Amino acid sequence: MAYVAVTGGQEAIEEANGLAHFYRVKDTTPSLDIESIEKQLRLLVDRVMGEGGMYAPEYAALALKQAEGDPAEAAFLLRAYRSTLPRNHYSLTVQPVDMRVIRRISSSFRDIPGGQMLGPTYDYTHRMLNFSLRQESNEDMIAFAKEYTDAAELADGSLTFKKVADLLREQGLMAKAAKGKSEEQEPFDITRQKMTIPTTRAARLQALTRGETGAMTALAYSSMRGYGVVHPTIGELRVGYAPVYIPYPYSSEGGDDCLYIGELMLTEVETINSFKQDAESGNVQFLLGYGLCFGQNELKGISMAILERSLETEGTAPAQDEEFVLTHIDSVESSGFVSHLKLPHYITFQSSLDQIRKVQVQKAQLKPEEDERDANNRAEAEQPQENIQHSRV
Amino acid sequence: MQTTEQKQNNHKRTFNTAEYNFAFLDEGSKREIRRKSLKAVAIPGYQVAFASREMPIGRGWGTGGLQLTLSLLGRQDTLKVIDQGNDDSVNAVSIRRLVEETSGILTTEETAQASIIQSRHRIPEEKLKFDQILVLQVPQPEPLRKVERREERTRIQHAEMDYSAMWLTLYESIVKWGSITLGADYPVMVHERYIMAPSPIPRWDTEKLHQSHHLTLFGAGREKKIYAIPPYTNVQPLEFEDYPFEVESFDGLSCRHCGSMDSFLDEVVDDEAGITIHQCSDTAYCRQQQERIG
Repeated sequence: MAYVAVTGGQEAIEEANGLAHFYRVKDTTPSLDIESIEKQLRLLVDRVMGEGGMYAPEYAALALKQAEGDPAEAAFLLRAYRSTLPRNHYSLTVQPVDMRVIRRISSSFRDIPGGQMLGPTYDYTHRMLNFSLRQESNEDMIAFAKEYTDAAELADGSLTFKKVADLLREQGLMAKAAKGKSEEQEPFDITRQKMTIPTTRAARLQALTRGETGAMTALAYSSMRGYGVVHPTIGELRVGYAPVYIPYPYSSEGGDDCLYIGELMLTEVETINSFKQDAESGNVQFLLGYGLCFGQNELKGISMAILERSLETEGTAPAQDEEFVLTHIDSVESSGFVSHLKLPHYITFQSSLDQIRKVQVQKAQLKPEEDERDANNRAEAEQPQENIQHSRV
Repeated sequence: MQTTEQKQNNHKRTFNTAEYNFAFLDEGSKREIRRKSLKAVAIPGYQVAFASREMPIGRGWGTGGLQLTLSLLGRQDTLKVIDQGNDDSVNAVSIRRLVEETSGILTTEETAQASIIQSRHRIPEEKLKFDQILVLQVPQPEPLRKVERREERTRIQHAEMDYSAMWLTLYESIVKWGSITLGADYPVMVHERYIMAPSPIPRWDTEKLHQSHHLTLFGAGREKKIYAIPPYTNVQPLEFEDYPFEVESFDGLSCRHCGSMDSFLDEVVDDEAGITIHQCSDTAYCRQQQERIG
């Protein structure tokens, strides 16, 4: 009975939930420890936090456990949880320049002050399955970590570095950050207001930083490959921990005391793009592309920098279209709407059925007349016609 | 750390309600949604943008309606949830259970007993009263999206009441097919001002919006829009003088359960007998009719 509603909905859902739970636990022990997920699936946790728009490694790990590792589902769990939280404080602007850097590279300059720092990366590993991991024991892990830290020589000095973009600015090769008005402006908040197109730069950056890694990579790739104009050099890619401060809640009016509340791991990417002449100053300068996201997610950081720059350029490529890019990269929205097709649609389909039958009857009545038309007319009539959509659901 | 009791309940309850605010959303969010709803009531048919929170059900699965419902709920309310007219459809059950778990309020399947009715794709057959609110889930709030894909443009078209592209499309449909072939979600003119998407309700239900006694609120979570038809508002389906609006035809058909000849019918194919039979899509109405007949 094709069109009958699934009846016994309540029982069906309970059974399905039970079965999903069963599939998560069957044939396996021990239960995945949240800390193991958080630490050993670090990059996945970072990705989920970024797309979930919430920096909470433990909750991201929990979400991944609950979702059997599906990143879209896990990001969704975080977002939904986020909806229940009141917003108590706004942090001061986080300054990635103050980052305690664990990795920092530039593909524009061989020698950057402070030096290139490869840090933890898979970039130069050979992608060969490491079968020995099958036998990795807890003891092996502990032993390696101890051996590694014991052997490491702690470098003297600071782990914060000047930004490459600032060096370019000092040399007049890149426009200086606008001082004054833009700094005072309260940013548009896409979680508290609907973003309208054309939107502000603040909203644009927020949408990008919460975007789905794969979707953004695809669009950024399209821009580099030929459907767009942005193909940058990476001025600097840095990964590290940036401190977060909130204004001291009990400080007197106008006081600038603040409280340190912790640190975030961030990936920041600044790309150098083709140069242009500034209309006001007449200076010829490089253009910056900017990417920033939670955790270590370099692919997303770079993609964001490309898309951010691409959206600042005029053109007809998909990656230059603000509405196209910003409304389609959100994983919760795209996965939600695509999967809603699994819901029953028989009312709308019934409505279409009614219309197609009516049209069929009308066309059948018109048939004899049509037969008398000349061949040219008929050929024209038979050309594929753009149909009006019968139902949009 | 979880207690043993929580662990035992894990497969039944997906989360511990005590850890969440009444009706899930935080109060600040609920207030924003209510304010936007009031604005929507004040400008019938106009799409009011709102921030739209992520909900614990799929985005595109009724999150707009759900946010409206949750923001409206008080502890004394009684909620009915239907999908395709059916209280027992899986998505309706899922939404109803979520509201029960996070608010503890009463739910019902009786249309007349509900103070708030959240629905997807149907308006109940039973006429709603002035103290009831109908919340409709909306996948695509923009009726002009059929003719203009850019949000930036459609906002201007609404502001300027520039609906020529829409009328032209309807005219083209008549030229190509001999009639306006739009199925569900048939566009309407609200109080002689805004063209509005009534959500994918069948044309059968469209006329119920005209001069209704009850308030209808429309929520599109993914598209972040709220709009409304207040009681006693003119709602006119788009039509031409010589090509009038027509509802779905069920000529000579009746419900196999209650025998009703004036309700929206679902087609059911009986595999064994190889015939098509019909039944009421509104299950609560059907049950009521069956009881009346006895």
